[in-house]
Amino acid sequence: MLTAQALSAVSAAFLASLVEVVEAFTIVLAASVVRGWRPALVGAALGLGFVAALVVVFGPLLGQVPIHLLQGIIGVLLLLFGLRWLRKSVLRAAGHIALHDEDKAFADETEVLGGLARFQPSRADFAAGAAAFKAVALEGLEVAFIVIAVGAGRGLIIPASFGALLACALVAILGAAARQPLSKVPENELKFAVGVLLSAFGVFWTTEALGGSWPGGDAFLLVLFAGFGLVGMALRQALAIDRRAATA
Amino acid sequence: MKILVLALKEIFGLFVDDGALALGTLGIAGLVAAGAQMAIWPQEWTGPALFAALAALLSLSAWRAARR
Repeated sequence: MLTAQALSAVSAAFLASLVEVVEAFTIVLAASVVRGWRPALVGAALGLGFVAALVVVFGPLLGQVPIHLLQGIIGVLLLLFGLRWLRKSVLRAAGHIALHDEDKAFADETEVLGGLARFQPSRADFAAGAAAFKAVALEGLEVAFIVIAVGAGRGLIIPASFGALLACALVAILGAAARQPLSKVPENELKFAVGVLLSAFGVFWTTEALGGSWPGGDAFLLVLFAGFGLVGMALRQALAIDRRAATA
Repeated sequence: MKILVLALKEIFGLFVDDGALALGTLGIAGLVAAGAQMAIWPQEWTGPALFAALAALLSLSAWRAARR
């Protein structure tokens, strides 16, 4: 039976990874459209290998850190990460900053790689592979951090990894079927949900690391989810009203 | 080497976007930790105090960004 924490770890890692993997997929797709699947897939595979090597080298070090200290460090990192995403999604939803646009990211990358293919055709395959490598390595590193942040404090690495792998598989399947940027994924709503989940995890673990406790144990996480969700939604509303008033 | 520097920058960016929000978060965590260590309030208040302070910080940070 999955506990509330394990279920939350799967959900948080899945949703956060979905955002990152969609962004990586857009670049790999752009590379494949300009130079074919071979350089794009080779670059993507090398990027995955790079991330896997880092995880294999540095992963075991986590086991050396005392669990109480690890919970505290990860709790604070989750707060930084979660509040950052929550703030950004609130500002985007209220119209104060532009929404992330996968179609535009795809068009920009295609234009850059297409230009290079015209003027330096001998380097075009390398550039396409390098773009795919960079996207997969960087977004993959973020996914690895998300899995560690969500899972390491309470021995939930396996559920968190499962959530991240599920996101990768879903994007790979949908992307292969659609063969276009997954721009219909509601990126900002996902960011909001992930911001809420990670901020709640951050408060929960930081409090436990400080020796505090929660009424009802793990189940109190649900109250924290609701709390951050309500604060975020109220902020969205207030800032949207403020923006309308300012532009009226 | 270049990719490692880029990776480190990306990881830093994963946690820090608005400097004031990041510093405020660290400051609140530090203050709550100090309060809990010195037993200024009962232990069961640590979590609610952290939540309330962070919710206020988030609201202030988003409001300030919207006003810019």
